[in-house]
Amino acid sequence: MDIRNERDLIGGNTPRPARIRTDYTEIIMSWFGYIFIGLFAISCLLPFLIILGTSFTSEAAVKKFGFNIWPHEFSTFAYQIVFENPKLIIGSYLVTMGITIVGTVVGLFIVAMTGYALQRPDFSYRNKISFFIYFTTLFSGGLVPFYLLITQYLDLKDSYLAVLLPGLLTPFLIIMMKSFVRSIPHAITESAKIDGAGDFTIFLRLILPMTTPALATIGLFIALGYWNEWYNAMLFLSPDMDYRPLQLFLYNVVTSADFIRNSAASSNVAMSDVPLETMKMATAVVATGPVILFYPFVQRYFIKGITVGAVKG
Amino acid sequence: MDTAKSIPAVRVKNSKRKHFRNSRVLLLMCLPAIVFFCIFAYLPMPGLYLAFVKYNYTDGIFSSPFVGWDNFKFLIITGDLWRLTFNTVAYNIAFIVLGNIAQITVAILLNEIRKKWFKKISQTLMFLPYFISAVLIGLLAYNILSYDYGLLNGILRSLHLDPVKAYSEPHLWPFIIVITYLWQTTGYGSIVYFAAIMGLDSEIVEASEIDGANAFQRIIYIVLPWLKPTFIILLLFSLGGILKGNFGLFFNLVGANNTALYASTDIIETYVFRSLMTNFNFSMGSAVSLYQSVFGFIVVLTANWIVKKVSPENSLF
Repeated sequence: MDIRNERDLIGGNTPRPARIRTDYTEIIMSWFGYIFIGLFAISCLLPFLIILGTSFTSEAAVKKFGFNIWPHEFSTFAYQIVFENPKLIIGSYLVTMGITIVGTVVGLFIVAMTGYALQRPDFSYRNKISFFIYFTTLFSGGLVPFYLLITQYLDLKDSYLAVLLPGLLTPFLIIMMKSFVRSIPHAITESAKIDGAGDFTIFLRLILPMTTPALATIGLFIALGYWNEWYNAMLFLSPDMDYRPLQLFLYNVVTSADFIRNSAASSNVAMSDVPLETMKMATAVVATGPVILFYPFVQRYFIKGITVGAVKG
Repeated sequence: MDTAKSIPAVRVKNSKRKHFRNSRVLLLMCLPAIVFFCIFAYLPMPGLYLAFVKYNYTDGIFSSPFVGWDNFKFLIITGDLWRLTFNTVAYNIAFIVLGNIAQITVAILLNEIRKKWFKKISQTLMFLPYFISAVLIGLLAYNILSYDYGLLNGILRSLHLDPVKAYSEPHLWPFIIVITYLWQTTGYGSIVYFAAIMGLDSEIVEASEIDGANAFQRIIYIVLPWLKPTFIILLLFSLGGILKGNFGLFFNLVGANNTALYASTDIIETYVFRSLMTNFNFSMGSAVSLYQSVFGFIVVLTANWIVKKVSPENSLF
């Protein structure tokens, strides 16, 4: 498969000749394309607009008219309650940012290092280690032994490490790094070796600077994984923890009215006046906003990732 | 004779040692990853022994009473194993088949659009659902499906139709789950096919045009056959995961305790999760996991065997 620069894959055209003649099938297909793609693109945006719109609606209007894109009655009450006790939401933000930053830096370094070593043709254990890593995608112990390992043997219950550690590496990202490194000629490593550089120095000084687009791609995959991580947090962090990762915070808000009432307890709002529905939406906006604002600028790295990853493994 | 025999042995030993010395740093560089997978992937594997015991907390995994295949027998007699397998596999087949059809359609239609700005904006919007957490997916669905406030029932009520109680109607859920899956993955997944179309040789397209092919014929006779190898490879890759369920999607859409929907929404992952967190039946959960791993492994080997026949350069091992 011939893959051009991933920039072309957003809004790109296949090299097509200038029309010799425009026949009606071309016009039908292009109109069909505009309508179908346009409707699908709108349907991808619509649910987010409902969340945004509802978050700025008064609870009374939601109870009367339901969730809607356009607020029947504009209100920022839900946001006031969310930020009334800013410790909770800011604490969650800090926890998630801390886990994301540390996890991405450490994970990226290990993935890059492993990927490079496993791609070295002169490394005699490369196939054995590659299979050792790949095998974990074929066969796993399942959830229960994993849960017992984390909680009883590693004793990480209620520790942020239970969220941080399991997300550091995936075989998929190591394979992706390997295919990125494959495009760097081995001669570079060899000539550096002749000049007397050690393997680790070659990796650190030569390979890392040459693979920055690959590192950006893999780093963003890891970072997105941590930002959206809720599964391990739900499994291993206890419900009465003060500062929980953002997505777990959102999960608790979405699924438990009691949790919303408790988190609003410190404000001066009567229990019956806590805006249950609009607070779900406001929390969702706060938790997801950064990703939605940020992704259009980095989407080409994710595109690079899928086009590299999809070809092999 | 003795010396002559021992020389090759010494040489082998030496070269092994040399290998090790040369690879020492590279081995050290792999060490963090090896340790990681040892702890988080290999260490839990012996825990699957749980499937053959009647687990109790005080005795632990390896001292609880051994019961042989009893857990599996129970899962078969109750029909749980069949139901879980059927749901997991049926959903995955729907995801794979409909997903690929949707991705190919989007890729082909994108290519028919000439306005660059339109393509850029719509592609960016179509990627959006890929970037959000499973928790938010659950909330988005709730916004549309909620009985009291949902958008769907709002529309139905304004048309004087009966509102739908989606969260207690199991027969609706295969549609809801498949549509949500397609909504989330089609835009991002279409990129692979779009990239393949971009690799299409412009001379072939040009030649077809000169021969008088119209747009429909170009798509049917040139673009679709061109995408066929990509489709087959992606299909075979996804076949390997046919027994693996998307826990986040099902769990967040259906909710943790919505027993009314289990008949049509319970997959292997949600069952194992419940047996761990709700029923505390660790042995039963592990029995299902072991079954999933073993059969999943067999499926992967088979899929890989087929890939090897179809296109050897794409086989996994």
